[in-house]
Amino acid sequence: MESLKTSEVLIDKAEVDEPILRIENLYKSFGNNHVLVDFNLEIKRGESVVVLGKSGSGKSVMIKCVVGLLQPDRGTIMMFGKNIPELNDEELDHIRAKVGFLFQGNALYDSMTVRGNLEFPMRRTWIRFSHEEVNRRVIETLEDVGLSHTIDMMPAELSGGMRKRIALARTLILRPEIILYDEPTTGLDPITGKEIIDLMNEISDKYNTSSLIISHDMKCVQTASDRVVILIDGKNYVMGNYEELSKNEDPKVKEFFE
Amino acid sequence: MLVADAQNRFWQKLSNSFLDEIGGLSQFTGRFFKQGFRPRYELAEFVRQCFVIGYKSFPLIGLTSFILGLVLTMQLRPSMVSYGVESQLPAIVGIAVIREIGPVITALIFAGKIGSSIGAELGSMRVTEQIDAMEVSGTNPFKYLVVTRVLAATLMLPVLVLLGDAISLMGSWIGINIRGVTSFHLYWRQVFNNLGFTDVLPAFFKSYFFGFAVGIIGCFKGYNSSKGTEGVGISANSAVVVSSIMIFILDLLAVQITDALGLN
Repeated sequence: MESLKTSEVLIDKAEVDEPILRIENLYKSFGNNHVLVDFNLEIKRGESVVVLGKSGSGKSVMIKCVVGLLQPDRGTIMMFGKNIPELNDEELDHIRAKVGFLFQGNALYDSMTVRGNLEFPMRRTWIRFSHEEVNRRVIETLEDVGLSHTIDMMPAELSGGMRKRIALARTLILRPEIILYDEPTTGLDPITGKEIIDLMNEISDKYNTSSLIISHDMKCVQTASDRVVILIDGKNYVMGNYEELSKNEDPKVKEFFE
Repeated sequence: MLVADAQNRFWQKLSNSFLDEIGGLSQFTGRFFKQGFRPRYELAEFVRQCFVIGYKSFPLIGLTSFILGLVLTMQLRPSMVSYGVESQLPAIVGIAVIREIGPVITALIFAGKIGSSIGAELGSMRVTEQIDAMEVSGTNPFKYLVVTRVLAATLMLPVLVLLGDAISLMGSWIGINIRGVTSFHLYWRQVFNNLGFTDVLPAFFKSYFFGFAVGIIGCFKGYNSSKGTEGVGISANSAVVVSSIMIFILDLLAVQITDALGLN
């Protein structure tokens, strides 16, 4: 059987053809606020999909359901052949080792150094790493994001852009097969934002990761997406690549590209 | 009529939020007992929390206990002299400190220092999504953050109470010697001759409950923090207020129980 090496695991051809993430009829409400209404999405291995939507449209809720931080009211989220809402904690931890999550506010641990932040997921996951492997990977990942010199610094000593890079390094440390980005460029100046997008693309190429990006930054949508999904009223309103959607005449779609 | 409606709504809202709070805290405590004694055990973090909660609280508790013993002795002395029972001063101070003042005052200071710090730390971790980040990293944040802190607070407070009691009694000896002369040996003999196990043990055991209350309430408030940075302040503040009230309620229960058991 034909095989190729990605993210340090061997994946057979049949698995490559399977979507890495498939969301079907996802529904989530908070009281009377129906945030997601029959949301559907599919991401193939190595593909980068941006979900575009206004603030409060349910993008972050959707991504948190995908990683198991929120429990949807109904619907399926198939990732690596498992339905996420049905998994117990132990099964979820096994899946999470293959999924990276970049938080909007970085969520770096204030009380730990950069090294501590990067070592934390490696020491906590069910996969056992030797001390040498942890050290080697921390240094290698910091080199990937260009911040080797910050290894012994505290998060409070870093600039906003540096913190985002360290958060990205932490996301990458377990060599995930898919990375979920929650508004990766929010709060950054345009130049730093562009650097982060370039870094995301470099990482995606180097480690052959799939990406699910939540954003309303059009620069990010244009340069980091293979496909764009526009989320309106809790549904995937329209889907296509950036060029197609930018020419779409629907007023609700045009609003995003003006 | 409008005023009556507004009053009704106010009391209904107040009682609902009070009941929500009690229900939430009970569920949280139940979760602690359900998860706290099952693997994976967070030993390294537990030891670190014992150091932070116990060792780092010692200077403050030591200082306040010393002042407490000294001031209590100096305040009691004139009355004792006027009744002609000045020689009973070590015994009176010893019983007061060991049975009641030591555990309660130490627990209140502990609530102020540790309750607020746990509430603020976990609250800040909640609003900056650090707790979510832990969960995504394959860590059970409840076990890592809550169980370790509650256990450390429960085990460290009785130790601090014992040390605080000893320092208070040292302060009391110094207080006695400011206006008179009592040897160190005679002072301690008088303290211990008037103390029994029924004085020491109930006081020691109730401090475990005080420690647990401070830990669980601080964690509950911080872990369920919301409303951004404002919420962190509210969590820290209410952790201190609620755990202080809980210390008095537990003290009241403890005295009823020891009384019923004939230990008073």
